[in-house]
Amino acid sequence: MAKITMTVNGRQVSGTCDDRTLLVHFIRENLGLTGTHVGCDTSQCGACVIHMDGLSVKSCSILAVQAAGSSITTIEGLAKDGELHPVQAAFKAHHGLQCGFCTPGMVMTAVDMIARHGSGLDEATVRSELEGNICRCTGYHNIVKAILAAAAEMGGARQAAE
Amino acid sequence: MGVEGIGARVARKEDKRFLTGKGRYTDDMSVPGMKYAIFVRSPHAHAKIRSIDATAAKEMPGVIDVLDGRQLTADGIGNLICGWMIHSKDGSPMKMGAWRPLADQTVRYVGDAVAVVVADSVDEARDAAEAVAVDYELLPVVTDPVKAMADGQPQLHPEASNNLIFDWQLGDAAATDAAITAAAHVTEVKIFNNRLSPNPMEPRAALGIYDSGDDHYTCYTTSQNPHLARLVMSAFYNVAPENKLRVIAPDVGGGFGSKIYIYPEEIVCLWASKRTGVPVKWTCDRTEAFLTDAHGRDHISTVKMAFDSSNRITALKVDTIANLGAYMSLFSSCVPTYLYATLLSGQYDIPAIHANVRTVYTNTAPVDAYRGAGRPEATYLLERTMETAARELGISPAELRRINFIRTFPHQTPVIMNYDAGDYEASLNAAMAAADWNGFAARKAEAERRGMKRGIGMSCYIEACGLAPSSAVGSLGAGVGLWESAEVRVNAVGTIEVMTGSHSHGQGHETTFAQLVADRFGVPIDSVNIVHGDTDKVQMGMGTYGSRSGAVGMSAVVKALDKVEAKAKKIAAHLMEADESDIVIENGELKVAGTDKSVPWFQMALAAYTAHNLPSGMEPGLKEGAFYDPSNFTFPAGCYICEVEVDPDTGRTEIVQFVAADDFGNIINPMIVEGQVHGGLAQGIGQALLEGVHYDPESGQLLTASYMDYAMPRADDLPSFKVSTSNTPCPNNPLGVKGCGEAGAIGSPPALINAITDAIGNNTLTMPATPEKVWAAAHAAN
Repeated sequence: MAKITMTVNGRQVSGTCDDRTLLVHFIRENLGLTGTHVGCDTSQCGACVIHMDGLSVKSCSILAVQAAGSSITTIEGLAKDGELHPVQAAFKAHHGLQCGFCTPGMVMTAVDMIARHGSGLDEATVRSELEGNICRCTGYHNIVKAILAAAAEMGGARQAAE
Repeated sequence: MGVEGIGARVARKEDKRFLTGKGRYTDDMSVPGMKYAIFVRSPHAHAKIRSIDATAAKEMPGVIDVLDGRQLTADGIGNLICGWMIHSKDGSPMKMGAWRPLADQTVRYVGDAVAVVVADSVDEARDAAEAVAVDYELLPVVTDPVKAMADGQPQLHPEASNNLIFDWQLGDAAATDAAITAAAHVTEVKIFNNRLSPNPMEPRAALGIYDSGDDHYTCYTTSQNPHLARLVMSAFYNVAPENKLRVIAPDVGGGFGSKIYIYPEEIVCLWASKRTGVPVKWTCDRTEAFLTDAHGRDHISTVKMAFDSSNRITALKVDTIANLGAYMSLFSSCVPTYLYATLLSGQYDIPAIHANVRTVYTNTAPVDAYRGAGRPEATYLLERTMETAARELGISPAELRRINFIRTFPHQTPVIMNYDAGDYEASLNAAMAAADWNGFAARKAEAERRGMKRGIGMSCYIEACGLAPSSAVGSLGAGVGLWESAEVRVNAVGTIEVMTGSHSHGQGHETTFAQLVADRFGVPIDSVNIVHGDTDKVQMGMGTYGSRSGAVGMSAVVKALDKVEAKAKKIAAHLMEADESDIVIENGELKVAGTDKSVPWFQMALAAYTAHNLPSGMEPGLKEGAFYDPSNFTFPAGCYICEVEVDPDTGRTEIVQFVAADDFGNIINPMIVEGQVHGGLAQGIGQALLEGVHYDPESGQLLTASYMDYAMPRADDLPSFKVSTSNTPCPNNPLGVKGCGEAGAIGSPPALINAITDAIGNNTLTMPATPEKVWAAAHAAN
């Protein structure tokens, strides 16, 4: 058993877990943050994507002990002061979700994608970079649309601020 | 329509919780004292169980208990059953072999559950499951349904000689054969419909909670129909009487048919909870899902389609073998029969049809309904045959379809269905215009200059949705009625709760059902809550599948709203001393038409509950319920066109455009309907291009048991889609809706395969059209 401490959604948290416990299970079971999902057992589906020290990571692909000392953002930490993050808002506006199970991972991947590409993101890049996130409901059509809309809006907002 | 009423693109009420990580799925549930279950599953496709030794496993850290099939049988838990009786053409009933929730004597497919370990943690349960020693005596294996029917093959169930479950027919064999003999042309095709794994992104899960104080069970489960789960677990599996069993299907992460059925695991979790005295939760992992979720499709068919000299179809003869796997799943028997052969007339006026269907046991996972359920199989068969015929007859595929379209309604087909309304040419024209069909030749020539082979294909589908008139399905063998129920509860402050027996697992009912109420009473959509998925909250329901929630579930809501409206008008008329026939409801107010008198909605509601001043004899309160039983199926139809480019060097297919023109009747929320089409298209394209379940024929091992081996459609496999709708309202339900959940998966596979075969100039190609197969077909002599 290991005792670990990390920052999750801006708050310092500690917990005890098996050495073999995956980060996703630590987040779900120990911290009770059940928005991060498990959709497969081969790190293919991306339902468990979180941000770790600013990078999007499949939380099923690392051990909880490896994340000790890191700063984690989960889907629960994205909306601020009750306002949806622009990517969350775009998913809602463009019907980028149906059953909602892949959605947290999709949104966390999209936020990272937009951070890296900005408003210059195009459809081919979005589709290519969604390779690691599987959705069975939407056919991706509206997810792609939502990500492009959010990128345009966030890029536009950034330009206005500059 | 108002901004939140019928026809409006209302953003979904349920989205916020899903987008912020606040969705509540079964695996998110946690109750005090809860322990975790892991199933010990057969690694063999066919074997006798000699013994199960759990001594070592029981000694392992954290283990509460290890239970097996002998204890389950001793406790009187019943067999899993198929709920739809089919009779063979000789009159004999289908041969249903015993399916134990935990196998106690024989295992029949890889993944068959034999024991369950309950432990403090999932990891400890998994460790202990590996320590359960099961001694198997291996038996020979058969996975191929044609081979399974031959003499001398392994027999799965003693009831079914040569593994034949039933040999069923529909239609007029003599008339069909006569028309084929007299035909000017006969097109003959062999059709394979590949086996698929449904793969909702949320794996199945169950949490069984036994309360010894009240001798009461609660089951959280990933179900599309919690009431049916309760009914079947009570009436057939002897888990608990209905009044002692509460089934809750909270947020469910997709179903596509696979979560209709009652599987062994939820039964075992409930039973194990009583046995161990602790709540027991099981969550499927993805490999278990590939092994044990009911698969879809898996048909082999031969087809003869006869034409007269004017290219009119005179007859269709179909012989189908359907692989049902190791056991008969809950609705497995109706999928390749009444959901399949009844749709073989398609959009065409075909005077004579005969279908023969044999269903077969094999050492593979059970097969049941998957998005479309029988109708994709019928559509693929018919539309591949139409395409082939057009090529043989030297006529354009659109022209051949136009010649044969049904144009007057109602239309009685020779295979039971009575089509109520439709305009197939409208969809065909819309799709051809959207796809710029006439410009294809130029695009093909341009592609050729780049060394690419470009092809175009169409598919005109019809489906039967809105399952279904109870007396009709009852006469065809169904064990249940397929009505729906709803209850509308107006609270004293005027807010409204709608209890529905439909279940949303991605379809957006919390929004669309609320739109009905907003439209009717002019109240804000945020003042309406939709309650579903809990047998303690909703009286009864038949759940969501077969695109039935709009046509049947919403119709029940409409019936209940009618009753609420009638009573609300009576109360308002009394309050305003007016005649109730003069009351109109607009913008959240009950008004006396032609006057300035009005009562706000909430004030009328409050009056209903204070009951200080109600019409003489009226009961207080404002809550009404309704059961709705449809009078016919609904018949969505449409035309899909796919255009592809095939790289002749690699065999890789790129979909350059995909057009869907659907007729769903009236539409409540176009945004949600489009989303349903997109998702269906992705699943149909997945079937045609990528997906396929494969078993090793010698060992019966599943070779496609993870996302590393089973090709799920990813974002970069698909294009953006061009979708549109036309509207011939359904005349048989109050909303005029038809259903849209399955169309995409039904219509798209033949359009895609017709396009690829057009591109490569070789009509012989089976799904999934992998680059290897396409390359080989492109380079083979046709």
